[in-house]
Amino acid sequence: MGKENNNGQFGEFGGQYVPELLVPALEELEEAYLKYKDTPEFREEFEYYLKEYVGRPNPLYYAERLTKKLGGAKIYLKREDLNHMGAHKINNTLGQILLADKMGKEKIIAETGAGQHGVATATAAAMFGMDCEIFMGQEDVERQALNVFRMKLLGAKVNPVTEGTATLSDAVDAAIQHWAENVEDTFYLLGSAVGPHPYPTMVRDFQSVIGKEAREQILEAEGKLPDYLVACIGGGSNAIGLFHEFIDDEDVKMIGAEAAGKGVDTEEHAATMTKGEPGVIHGFKTYVLQDEAGQIMPVYSISAGLDYPGVGPEHSHLKELGRAEYVGVTDEEAIEAFQLLSETEGIIPALESSHAVAQVMKLAPELDKDQVIIMNLSGRGDKDVYTVAEKMDIELED
Amino acid sequence: MSRISKVFNQLQEKGKKAFIPFLMAGDPDLKTTKELVLEAEQRGADIIEIGLPYSTPLADGPTIKKAGKRSLEHNTNLDDIFELVAEIREESEVPLVLMGYYNLVFKYGVEKFVQQCEKVGVDGTIIPDLPIGEDEELRSLAQNLDIISLVTTTSKPSRVRTVAQKSQGFIYAVSTPGTTGARAEISNEIEEKVEQLREFTDTPIAVGFGISKPEHVEAVTDFADGAIVGSAIIRQIEENLEQPEKIVDEVGDFIEYLTSSIKK
Repeated sequence: MGKENNNGQFGEFGGQYVPELLVPALEELEEAYLKYKDTPEFREEFEYYLKEYVGRPNPLYYAERLTKKLGGAKIYLKREDLNHMGAHKINNTLGQILLADKMGKEKIIAETGAGQHGVATATAAAMFGMDCEIFMGQEDVERQALNVFRMKLLGAKVNPVTEGTATLSDAVDAAIQHWAENVEDTFYLLGSAVGPHPYPTMVRDFQSVIGKEAREQILEAEGKLPDYLVACIGGGSNAIGLFHEFIDDEDVKMIGAEAAGKGVDTEEHAATMTKGEPGVIHGFKTYVLQDEAGQIMPVYSISAGLDYPGVGPEHSHLKELGRAEYVGVTDEEAIEAFQLLSETEGIIPALESSHAVAQVMKLAPELDKDQVIIMNLSGRGDKDVYTVAEKMDIELED
Repeated sequence: MSRISKVFNQLQEKGKKAFIPFLMAGDPDLKTTKELVLEAEQRGADIIEIGLPYSTPLADGPTIKKAGKRSLEHNTNLDDIFELVAEIREESEVPLVLMGYYNLVFKYGVEKFVQQCEKVGVDGTIIPDLPIGEDEELRSLAQNLDIISLVTTTSKPSRVRTVAQKSQGFIYAVSTPGTTGARAEISNEIEEKVEQLREFTDTPIAVGFGISKPEHVEAVTDFADGAIVGSAIIRQIEENLEQPEKIVDEVGDFIEYLTSSIKK
C-alpha cells in the first residue's frame, strides 16, 4: 500500500513531467541511484556519515511535561532538531552528495526555502569539497539572513531569485533552469520529496532513516507501535521520512500538518491538501494550489519551509487512499505552539515543526493516556526567533 | 494529411524552408494577437505557434515569461484562446500550433482540450513538460491533431530514435541546452541530432531556441526544414508597448527581415 511502482508513480501521482532537456539527466540519475542504493558500500558509507557526521541516531524523546500539560496521549518527539546543522534536511543532503560523488559530478546546485536545505547542501558540499550554488527567493533571502550568511560561510554561492513571488517555488524554477543548462557536470540536489522521478523516491529513501529509528525506539520504550504519527508538510520530506516505515501498519494513524497561513479561507495560505486539486507542478503530478484555469497560485506561510504550492506525490497518494490525513495549521496556532514547546520542554522548535506541535496540541487531549503520539520535531527554531519576536511585537536590537 | 504536413510538402516541392514564429496569446491583448497572426502569415510565416500564458513556465527565459505575465494580467485562459483560433480560422488556413504547459491542459481536461483543438482548427500541440512517456493519453485521444515532440542537444541516441518514430507534424529540435531566449550564436551541436533523426524519419525538423537574426535562420535551415523564432519576435512587441498601434507593423517588418534569406 502506498508504495511507488518502477516508474515513480504513486497511484496516479508522481511521474516525469519535464522538458525533454532534463530527460537524459533524470535517466542518468535514476540509473545511478538504482545501481548504488543497495550496494553494501554505498549503504555503509551513508550510515557512517549519518552516525559520525550527523550524530544519528538522535533520540526519541518522551516529552513528559508537554504530555502532562496537554493531559492526553503520551507524546514522543523525534529529535531531528539535534542533527548536525539542526534539521532533518542533512539526511537527504548527505545521501545525494554521496551519489553525486559516485556519479563523478563536481558541482552541486540546490534550491532552498527557509534556507535549511541550502545550509544542509552547502554543509555536505563543503565536507565533500564540491562547488555549491544555492538558489533562493529574494523574499526568503531577506527573511532568513542568518541562513544566507551560513551558506556563504560554508563556501556556497547564493543566487537570489526575484521572479514571481520570489519564494521557494520560483527558486525551484531557477534551479531547474540552471541544471538544464549545465547537466553535464552538475548535480541537482533536490531538498524535498518532490520533483520528477526519481527524486521523490530517492529523497524518501534517504529520509526514511527517521521512521526506521523511531520504530525501533518506540518499540523499546513502549513495547508497541504508536497510535499516531504527526509531522509538518511543505514538500513533505520529513513527514514521508517518518511515515514511510509505518505505511503497512494500518493501526498507526498518520497526520500531516500543512500551513494554513492566515486561514484556509483567506488568500494567504499554503494548504495544498486542503484547498488544492490534482495537477502538475515542477515535473510531477500531485495536489497543487491552482486557480480554475490551472494557473499556480501564490502561497503564503509564516514559515518559509512550508510555503510551497505542491506537495510530495507519495503524500497525495496517501491522501487519496485515506491512509494519511492532512490538516491545516495557521500562523497563529504555530506561534502559540512554538512558545508552548519552548516553555514546557526547553526546546525551541522550527516554525515548520511548530505546525506539527500545534496539531499535537489539538490531538493529544482527545486521546487516552495510554495512547502514543510520535511527532517529528524536524528542526530547531533558532533561525525563527526574529520572526516570532516580530509577530509578538517584541523589538530585538539590530 | 494535416495542414502542417501539407505546408512542409509544398515548401519541399519548391525547395524552400519553413519559418515558424511564436506569439504569446493575449500579449498585449487577444485582438492584437489575431492581427499579428494574420500579419505574420502575410509577411512570411508558414506555421504559427501560439503560446498559452502560464504562471510558472519552466522552460522559458525572461522574454517569454514577461509576455506570459502581460497576458495573464487580463486572465487569458484556454477558452479565450480557442475563441481566438476560431476567429483566425474564419480568415486564414495558416497552420496553428498551441504551445503551453501541461497543467493548463490537465486542469482543462485532456479529452475536452483535444476536442476543442480539433473543433476550432488547431493543428498541433507542443507541450514542453509532457515528454514522450507521459503523453500517452494525449496521443491516444488526438485524431486530427499533431502531437509535436522535442529533441535536444542532450538527447541520447535511443531517445532520438523514439522521438523520430513517434513524430507527428514536425520535430522541434532545441538548439541549445537551457531555456528559450534570443542568443548571439547558435550552436551547431543540434545539426548532429538532426542528422540522427533523419536516419529514422522523414518527418520535417524545425530548429528553435536562441534564433534572433537572419543569419541564424539561414544557418539552421541549411540542415533543417524550418526555423522557429520566439523571444526575438516577442521583443519587438515589448519594445513597442507604449505605441501599441505600431506593434503589428513592427513585427511584420521583423518577420520579413528574418525570412529575407530563405524566402528569395
